Amino acid sequence: MPGPLTDPRGTAAGATPTRRGTEAALLAFAVVITVVAQIMVDLTVTGSLRPEMAGFSVWITALWVVAHLVVRKWASYADPLLLPAVALLVGLGLTVIHRLDLAAEQVGSTVTREDAPVQLIWATLGVALFVGFLVAVRDHRSLARFAYTLALVGIVLLALPAVLPASMSEVNGAKIWIRVAGFSIQPGEFAKLCLIVFFAAYLEDKRDVLALASRKVAGLELPRGRDLGPVLLAWVLSILVLVFERDLGSSLLLFGIFVVMLYVATERASWLFIGLGLFAGGALIAYQIFAHVQARVDTWLSPSDYYDGAGYQVMQSLFGLGTGGLFGAGLGGGRPDQVPVAKSDFIASAVGEELGLFGLVAVIIVYLVLVERGLRTSLVVRDAFGKLLAAGLAFAIAWQVFVVLGGVTGLLPLTGLTTPFLAYGGSSLVANFVLVAMLVRISDAARRPVTPQAAPVRLGDAPTEVVTP
Amino acid sequence: MNAPLRRVAISVLVLFTLLIVNVNIIQVVRSDELRDDQRNTRVLAEEYDRERGSIVVAGNEIAVSVPTEDRLEYLRTYPEGPLYAPVTGYYSLVYGNTALEDAENDVLSGEDDRLFVRRIADLFTGRDPAGGDVVLTLDPAVQQAAMAGLEGVTGAVVALDPTTGAILGMASTPSYDPAQLSSHDPEGIRTYMEQITAGDGPDPRVNRAIADNYPPGSLFKVIVSAAALEEGYAPDTVVPAPDIMTLPQTTQQLRNFNNSSCSPSQEQPLIDALTISCNTAFAQLGIDLGEDKIREKAEAFGLDDERMEIPLPVAGSHVGEIESDAALGQTSIGQRDVRMTVLQAAMVAATVANDGVQMKPYLVDQLLAPDLSVIDETDPEELREPISAQVADQLTEMMTSVVARGSGRAARIQGMEVAGKTGTAQVREDLPDHNWFMGFAPADDPKIAVAVFVANGGGTGGDTSAPIARQVMQAYFEGQGG
Repeated sequence: MPGPLTDPRGTAAGATPTRRGTEAALLAFAVVITVVAQIMVDLTVTGSLRPEMAGFSVWITALWVVAHLVVRKWASYADPLLLPAVALLVGLGLTVIHRLDLAAEQVGSTVTREDAPVQLIWATLGVALFVGFLVAVRDHRSLARFAYTLALVGIVLLALPAVLPASMSEVNGAKIWIRVAGFSIQPGEFAKLCLIVFFAAYLEDKRDVLALASRKVAGLELPRGRDLGPVLLAWVLSILVLVFERDLGSSLLLFGIFVVMLYVATERASWLFIGLGLFAGGALIAYQIFAHVQARVDTWLSPSDYYDGAGYQVMQSLFGLGTGGLFGAGLGGGRPDQVPVAKSDFIASAVGEELGLFGLVAVIIVYLVLVERGLRTSLVVRDAFGKLLAAGLAFAIAWQVFVVLGGVTGLLPLTGLTTPFLAYGGSSLVANFVLVAMLVRISDAARRPVTPQAAPVRLGDAPTEVVTP
Repeated sequence: MNAPLRRVAISVLVLFTLLIVNVNIIQVVRSDELRDDQRNTRVLAEEYDRERGSIVVAGNEIAVSVPTEDRLEYLRTYPEGPLYAPVTGYYSLVYGNTALEDAENDVLSGEDDRLFVRRIADLFTGRDPAGGDVVLTLDPAVQQAAMAGLEGVTGAVVALDPTTGAILGMASTPSYDPAQLSSHDPEGIRTYMEQITAGDGPDPRVNRAIADNYPPGSLFKVIVSAAALEEGYAPDTVVPAPDIMTLPQTTQQLRNFNNSSCSPSQEQPLIDALTISCNTAFAQLGIDLGEDKIREKAEAFGLDDERMEIPLPVAGSHVGEIESDAALGQTSIGQRDVRMTVLQAAMVAATVANDGVQMKPYLVDQLLAPDLSVIDETDPEELREPISAQVADQLTEMMTSVVARGSGRAARIQGMEVAGKTGTAQVREDLPDHNWFMGFAPADDPKIAVAVFVANGGGTGGDTSAPIARQVMQAYFEGQGG
């Protein structure tokens, strides 16, 4: 795909447009879609608009206006598609969650409480962190300095639920929570970010060694034994997560991200094969040893046979998707509430049921845009740390979306991951806002002209604020 | 690092393409399969969230949906229990819909095109969409008498208004309680289904009035008589009536019922032969008339192997193969391969009653929109004219004689002339005979035609089925204030 990945710096040097206008227009589009979708839900399900609708519209508009203004001021060359894609996904997520809230009234619903207002608070917190990050971190390279601190934080966050008593950490069999005073957070979401930053810094540091020192075995460039250390460590870490937290999703996610970043850093496909081999071996052993992994796989292979048990969720999801068909039942027209935990893990099946194949594919395409813009940022940015970080972040979204949507649609075994930006869940939403803030920050550095020429600026035309990198 | 990055970008594209292809498979290719899956309650819930229309008999709802407190908003109930089950069928979560619940499902569920305008209006007014009502032609008194008459036996009764074809009664036994199969409790439904279909006994779900055909025995003699009368015979034409008849080209001997003698003179007028249901006389008469005449007349009456809808599907009736004159002789007394549905028998009687004009039988009188406005009404329709009015009169005279002094005396009603014909059909050596009666009343101005069938009743049409026909006709006249 040469088109979108061409270097924008190839155009007339120094004349790189900031594209902030594009971003503003796309954000406006996302806001309109969000508000219209919310109105449709209310009208279809309850027949009247809820009184909070005006407040909601103002709130959501304000969120994106603030985010946009901050990007305009502190990351003026940022990629113009990242934020609108996020805005569209968050808006749609809020709508579907609100729609499921309303379904609590319906008989036979699995929905028990109202979550959309809470999710709006989380989104607001997410935007606040997004803004805070952009204001505080003016140069992504400064993150590299905290790499080892972040690694420690990441591992502690990851390990915390495992060492906490089950009453404080276990929900539905997965020990991935910290529940204190009515709040529950999934530290894994933040650990993911910390570890990606660490991976990027570490690999930038060691990539020459990992790439060059090698020996040839059966036509394949293999790294030296002692250089296998990091990848083995990451693998062990993933296995530990799987064993002690029974969290197949995070385990798969972390290991996948690390292997891909290693591959990007070293440009050696051998790391991919080693990674795949380790994964295959680990998966095989996990399947043999852990009953819950076995059950997941069996259920995945024939969900219909486990309809009265573990297959119920996926079958309900498939029923919803199938009933939705090409065009869907319309927002508020289906029964997505019949799928257990539709708001979080299975929100994509709610989208597919009510917005149909077209809606669900559109959502997948929006994710694809987000990911490919992130990867393009990685291609374009000049420093190795930025490249690795952007690649890791973008791939994290891609891998997570693939694993989650694959699970919900029966393509892959179910894992406990959330759909980024779309699904209900504060930790995931807030963490992903920080993730996208990092991408925005790197993309700003990527697209900013190499040497900001002191172009002859006539005094009268001078901007009121001169942006300096 | 850009080369591997590009490969990662392409890999992501491939992964997402996989997702999109998979979603296409689910939402397009497997869409129907998933939507129609028994366990997918979405479509079902939608159906049960809607107030299904009622099935109405004489102003009373015999199948009606009532609001509930449970997961599915409406429960289908059948206030009369087994009485109308052969006609209404059931509306089951587990076993689907049958009989009228199936045949008129579009109207009852509100999907019918004739309710389209109203559905559009529902969209704008926010009114809950509801189904239309189906009003039947049944007469409750007739239905009750028919079911009561069949109590304890396996059989069926059909009563028609001979002048319109409206079905006044349609009973079949054994019956069942459709409410038990239409509950919201799948376990209970399955248990009840196992209970009513257990063992080798007759299946209560079969509507024996229309779903199956049976050998009509001597009922068929009316059709042979009709063929003879059309050929210039008169009721008093004397025909051969031997005690024992050897079927042509065989050594097989045909006898009369209980080896009795039809007439000491071995011959008798046609009217007497029908009155006492003389087998040898009609076998010989059929052979004399020839296969073509018999077959043609039978087909004219509707024994043409064609299915029809009333709107319930009705099995075909037929004469069957006639390979030889011997077979023709047996066919002429309603044995061999002749088969009639109970409805067909009622239609033969009704045709004679209606001056030779056969009306198309129908069960649904009106279809009503949820606001009770009439969206469709059945107009009586002539189906065929198998015999002339004159032949019909002669047949009426002969059939009146059957009830007045012949095999059908048990159908006599005080102060009213009844016309009819009995039938006792041999089934198999080891099984008791089927017992039939078909007739109409009053003979001079027929208001109701009835056919009664008792499967393997073991008696004769005259002693087993004729009394049931009498009860049904009496119930009708009492209901009419007569």
